[in-house]
Amino acid sequence: MRRHTLAVIVENRPGVLTRVTTLFRRRGYNIESLAVGETENPSISRITIMVMGDERILEQVTKQLYKLVDVIKIVDITDKRSVERELVLIKVKADVNVRAEIVQIVDIFRARIVDIGKTSLIIEVTGDGGKIDAIVESLKPFGIIELVRTGVVAMVRGEIK
Amino acid sequence: MQLKGAEILLRCLQEEGVDTVFGYPGGAVLPIYDALFESSIRHILGRHEQGVAHAADGYARATGRVGVCIATSGPGATNLVTGIATAYMDSIPLVCFTGQVGTPLIGRDAFQEADITGITMPITKHNYLVERTEDVARTVKEAIYVASTNRPGPVVVDLPKDVMERSIDYKPEEVEVNLRGYRVLKGYNSGQVISAVELIKNAKRPVIYAGGGVISSNAAAELTELAQKRKIPVTTTLMGMGAFPGNNYLNLGMLGMHGTRYANYAIGESDLLIAVGVRFDDRVTGNIATFAPHARVIHIDIDAAEIGKNVDVHVPIVGQVKEVLQGINQGLEEVAEYWEWHQTIDRWKKEFPMRYGTSSEGRIMPQNVVEKIYDLTRGNAIITTEVGQNQMWAAQHYKFEHPRTFLTSGGLGTMGYGLPAAIGAKIGRPDLPVIDIAGDGSIQMNIQELATAVQYQLPIIVCILNNQFLGMVRQWQGLFYGGRYSYTDMSHQPDFVKLAEAFGAIGLRVSQEGELNQALEQALQVTDRPVVLDIMVEREADVYPMVPPGGSLSHMLGGDEI
Repeated sequence: MRRHTLAVIVENRPGVLTRVTTLFRRRGYNIESLAVGETENPSISRITIMVMGDERILEQVTKQLYKLVDVIKIVDITDKRSVERELVLIKVKADVNVRAEIVQIVDIFRARIVDIGKTSLIIEVTGDGGKIDAIVESLKPFGIIELVRTGVVAMVRGEIK
Repeated sequence: MQLKGAEILLRCLQEEGVDTVFGYPGGAVLPIYDALFESSIRHILGRHEQGVAHAADGYARATGRVGVCIATSGPGATNLVTGIATAYMDSIPLVCFTGQVGTPLIGRDAFQEADITGITMPITKHNYLVERTEDVARTVKEAIYVASTNRPGPVVVDLPKDVMERSIDYKPEEVEVNLRGYRVLKGYNSGQVISAVELIKNAKRPVIYAGGGVISSNAAAELTELAQKRKIPVTTTLMGMGAFPGNNYLNLGMLGMHGTRYANYAIGESDLLIAVGVRFDDRVTGNIATFAPHARVIHIDIDAAEIGKNVDVHVPIVGQVKEVLQGINQGLEEVAEYWEWHQTIDRWKKEFPMRYGTSSEGRIMPQNVVEKIYDLTRGNAIITTEVGQNQMWAAQHYKFEHPRTFLTSGGLGTMGYGLPAAIGAKIGRPDLPVIDIAGDGSIQMNIQELATAVQYQLPIIVCILNNQFLGMVRQWQGLFYGGRYSYTDMSHQPDFVKLAEAFGAIGLRVSQEGELNQALEQALQVTDRPVVLDIMVEREADVYPMVPPGGSLSHMLGGDEI
């Protein structure tokens, strides 16, 4: 069992995301992360799905997805040289006594402070799963009020699409 | 030319070769019905949308053409759902047109609004909500194309009332089917076919395990050629009945939970399993870990997702079953018998034939009814079934000679399927006798369709194997729940003879074995209306032999006596 990243290229039509997620639910596969958006071609959307499973599950997921009429192409980019990114917003408790310390952490992770409240900060961080887990761990002692993740998007390096 | 959406719909259906539709009118489909009023398309009026869907499904199974049905929005559409799921599980090409409230009202919980594309998403091959009249023609053509190609399946097209009402300038030459995510599979991996041929040449104890894919691919002749050439015994699934002649000495009958002992034993001992158009369903394999334990497996199927889904396969071949079998047959020479293997199988056949006991109450044995139906029709009839004991006895005791002559809800197991499917089959194949082997429970689920059969003067025969029980559930309660017959006693039932007569059909009661033959012969003579035979059978007859759920095929219960 390991985590796989699938780029699913689909028709940009209403209901397509439902078809894809319904298929995962019906066949009993669990989606770990999901991100959707239009591509360079406005008639095509790209769904990036992270799913846990062995080779057999991945093969079934892929074959079942291909049977959806609206699915054009599926690329398993798990083992390809690729860039994976996720954006996270973290609202953390921050009174004047700890602000300096938090700013230091933000600098180390090359994150950004995007909002300053009286007793809180919102931090924006972009990166792969490992980096995000690490900054979340570092901020936990201060008290995380709210956290939101976009889901992972990924792209294969080089010219190939 | 200026045409309404509804007129474009009918015109496109005709262009695609559709001449018969099954339907039920309602508010949201008024524009479609108005166009049908003057159309040359034949419309069969059902009595309930579930019946309409099953009738279109029966028509598709019997003819190999696409079944088309129409229902109104809301409850009309939701009533189709069981019929759609039935077709989905058995891979039947069905296109369902549903009415929808006008586009300005969608999403406002309007009268008779239901999100039928949302509801049917997991039970259709694909579905559409058509929002512009300009998209009607393309969608109709795509729907029929998708439903009938590759692995067939149902497609739902939801048609809002205003989309059907509005007129546009229709230019047939500009209609283009454009599906970049859907390609029809052609050809196959010839290297894999060579590997399959080698395995077949070297096998000592081969068995062909054939399913519904052989029938939907119209590959019965190719399958028979393969079996005859190499003298390979053939066992079929419930869906594969008729894919190989029932009287051929190589036919082992059905395998699986209620299969023959010799078919199941052959699977257990075989060294090569040639799985053709099948999906290794749990009712077939029993405990998957002990299924065909000594066999190498060749799996031929149109759907790549079926390969490796339930079992590991040594030679997977994705392609049209017909084409792949042609390729395999080309590579094989004719051989003499597999002497040892055939001797073993013959011994099993002698030792464990399909037999059943006699009635303790002097009532008719249900298996005997099926045998009598066979004696009178010899495989030259279409048999439909309901679901439960009636279905299993039909599969066990009727010898199907031709593909598309056994219509049954295999995957979903839908009670109430048999009567409307018989109607669709008779519409599609008026040249053949059509007989629904029913139970007293199932027949009550869509009995209203008798009115349809009477209206269209369809001489279908409904044989109710009446044991006044929900027999299969009662059987399981007897075997696995200590004989506690919880709510399966159906002795409160209508007088089926009077009921048939009330509908305008012929009703006959058969209480003695001696009356059975004459009643069936009489029914087969009728040409202008349906006949209902209420056959009083042994109340507690069980279906045997049987692999208990999750058990191994080599350990079957019963079959010696009732």
